[in-house]
Amino acid sequence: MSAISPIAEKKDVKPAAGSKHASGDKRFKILEVHMKKHQFKQDALIEVLHKAQELFGYLEDDVLLFVAHHLKLPPSRVYGVATFYHFFQLKPQGEHTCVVCLGTACYVKGADKVVAAVEDLLKIKPGETTPDNKVSLLTARCIGACGIAPAVTYDGQVAAKQTPEATVARVNSWLGI
Amino acid sequence: MQIEDLKALAEKHKSGRKKITMRACMSAGCMSSRADVIKKNLETAVKEQGLEADVEVRRVGCMGFCGQGPLIGVDGLSAKEKLFEFVKPEDANAIVASLQGAPCEVQVGNPDHPFFAKQFKIVRANGGIIDPEKIEDYIAIGGYTALHHALTELPPAQVVEEITRSGLRGRGGAGFPTGLKWGTVAKSPGAKKYIICNGDEGDPGAFMDRSVLESDPHLVLEGMAIAAYAVGADQGFLYVRAEYPLAISRLQTAIKQAKQLGLLGSGIFETPFNFNVDIRIGAGAFVCGEETALMASVEGKRGTPRPRPPFPAESGLFGCPTLINNVETFANITAIINRGGEWYAGIGTEKSKGTKVFALTGKISNNGLIEVPMGIPLRQIVEEMGGGAPDGRKIKSVQTGGPSGGCIPAAYLDTPVDYESLGKLGSIMGSGGMVVMDDTTNMVEIAKFYMEFCKDESCGKCIPCRAGTAQMENLLNKILARQATARDLAKLEELCDMVKNTSLCGLGQTAPNPVLSTLKYFRSEYEELLQPDHFGPRAHPSEPAPK
Repeated sequence: MSAISPIAEKKDVKPAAGSKHASGDKRFKILEVHMKKHQFKQDALIEVLHKAQELFGYLEDDVLLFVAHHLKLPPSRVYGVATFYHFFQLKPQGEHTCVVCLGTACYVKGADKVVAAVEDLLKIKPGETTPDNKVSLLTARCIGACGIAPAVTYDGQVAAKQTPEATVARVNSWLGI
Repeated sequence: MQIEDLKALAEKHKSGRKKITMRACMSAGCMSSRADVIKKNLETAVKEQGLEADVEVRRVGCMGFCGQGPLIGVDGLSAKEKLFEFVKPEDANAIVASLQGAPCEVQVGNPDHPFFAKQFKIVRANGGIIDPEKIEDYIAIGGYTALHHALTELPPAQVVEEITRSGLRGRGGAGFPTGLKWGTVAKSPGAKKYIICNGDEGDPGAFMDRSVLESDPHLVLEGMAIAAYAVGADQGFLYVRAEYPLAISRLQTAIKQAKQLGLLGSGIFETPFNFNVDIRIGAGAFVCGEETALMASVEGKRGTPRPRPPFPAESGLFGCPTLINNVETFANITAIINRGGEWYAGIGTEKSKGTKVFALTGKISNNGLIEVPMGIPLRQIVEEMGGGAPDGRKIKSVQTGGPSGGCIPAAYLDTPVDYESLGKLGSIMGSGGMVVMDDTTNMVEIAKFYMEFCKDESCGKCIPCRAGTAQMENLLNKILARQATARDLAKLEELCDMVKNTSLCGLGQTAPNPVLSTLKYFRSEYEELLQPDHFGPRAHPSEPAPK
């Protein structure tokens, strides 16, 4: 028994006792309400992580532990799901995001050149953020906007028939150039 | 809700219509070119020009001709609809003025264009016609009467029978007979059964399901409800990609409205039939299109497939018998129930019945969504409807089936589009992506593009797929860098064979297809990049010499 008890004690230290998170951040409360809406069901994990990302912008360890605890899931399972799906971000994103679609239709119409132009401009690779945290460059598998390829999503807004020049101009406008 | 209430609602909604309707396409493609602003400007223009009594502006779903968007359709002006293309927000005044005969410089499309004329619409019949966010619009064109007919007049077994008679096959790509699948789930013992609609449209270059969900969400919900009745399920899940936010929000609206009218929920049409639908949002994993992986994802787990059997029809979601069909499959159901399996079986070819929606994209003049009867020659699709390659280039190949499919060379353009014929060419029908490539396209690069995709999307559970796709990508990169020899090409072919035959799920089993089909038809492009093998048994000077 003695070997088990420290673990049990440790459990009580976790944010379990109260619903509040130690940081006092209200977003944790909102997340908890969302989990309650799903009756803390374990199969709602992906829904909950979507909500968490919407609230926090990305999924930091603290958030993942909070979710794991409330859904009574091992942290490994939550971490495993968060890392499996491309949509979940484990790193903070820049102020602006530029997502270039690299689906087949966009690719054959030159989306790779759009990516290359932005890489060249910002000196970062897809998936990275500029050191000043201004812009994140991402690529998407296919956003289903194939009729207007190549498509680029700027801060959540899809733009049609993009060229390397147009994309560079848009990104430059974020940088104040 | 009873059928009389439904009919009264439909009549009431129809009587409120105005003489001239301007339909503004508000699907994701046109929305990206500010279709919402266009609609608002049109409404303001109608008001300013004092036409409110006769003209209404309505939000509608996808009209299909996405490459020419944003689109505005006008009905009631003349016998034929008028279609404005490439509309800009500032064109609104001129378009509204043109209703009264003023000259207008906005490009007008031709509704008799082969792109429209050659279509046969079942799944997309309401796309671009009804407002996807108003259930009344769907009811006004006869929505939910098929569900009523099934619930009140057909025993479940007869619904399955009707679907079997229609010859409908799964539209997700594999083409499994839908009636057979429904029959198996219906016969599986179990108190609890589930329906899952697979809207995880992962194939790059495909957006048919997005369009159907965005333009006509109730059609899919009604199809799911009929399926649930036929197999004895009371809970459905609609799995939609997170990349389709508009589809998700329109589905949420649709479910809410259907529940309010008692068309979903308990005691539908005052029968003992209950059916609820929940939306599950994907999180960007291509492998989740595979049914066992999708079920794992619905359960909130990592989307990894598992071996079959047991098939989902026997033991699926939470261990219960589960029916999984694609969005387009469900979208066909109401038409079959309304018009009969015989009617449906009269469309298409002997083994492939009905119609198929394709996303015609890539190096082609007319981009967009088309719905054609099965068996139509590929040439008619790409040359007549699609208008061939732009800029005077020649079509080199048509890619169907996404990363699981293959590249069909121009020489085979006369092939009829059906499950068997495409299979014989080393491609597949797939979910409906049709990417056209012109003579500037490097086929080895295309093969590498797909292999990189499969490598990234491999879930990592089974080794042939996880390691094999990575090795194949390396070899393709080596060939493209002009560092490979004939020996590498042989190794690539050997790996294709191994991955195809030993992978756990469809992703791995079909991952080599793009390589195999480009090797079959464009082998010379690979061989041109190969280096002579001067180094005896060594494949490359960088490899150590044999001792």
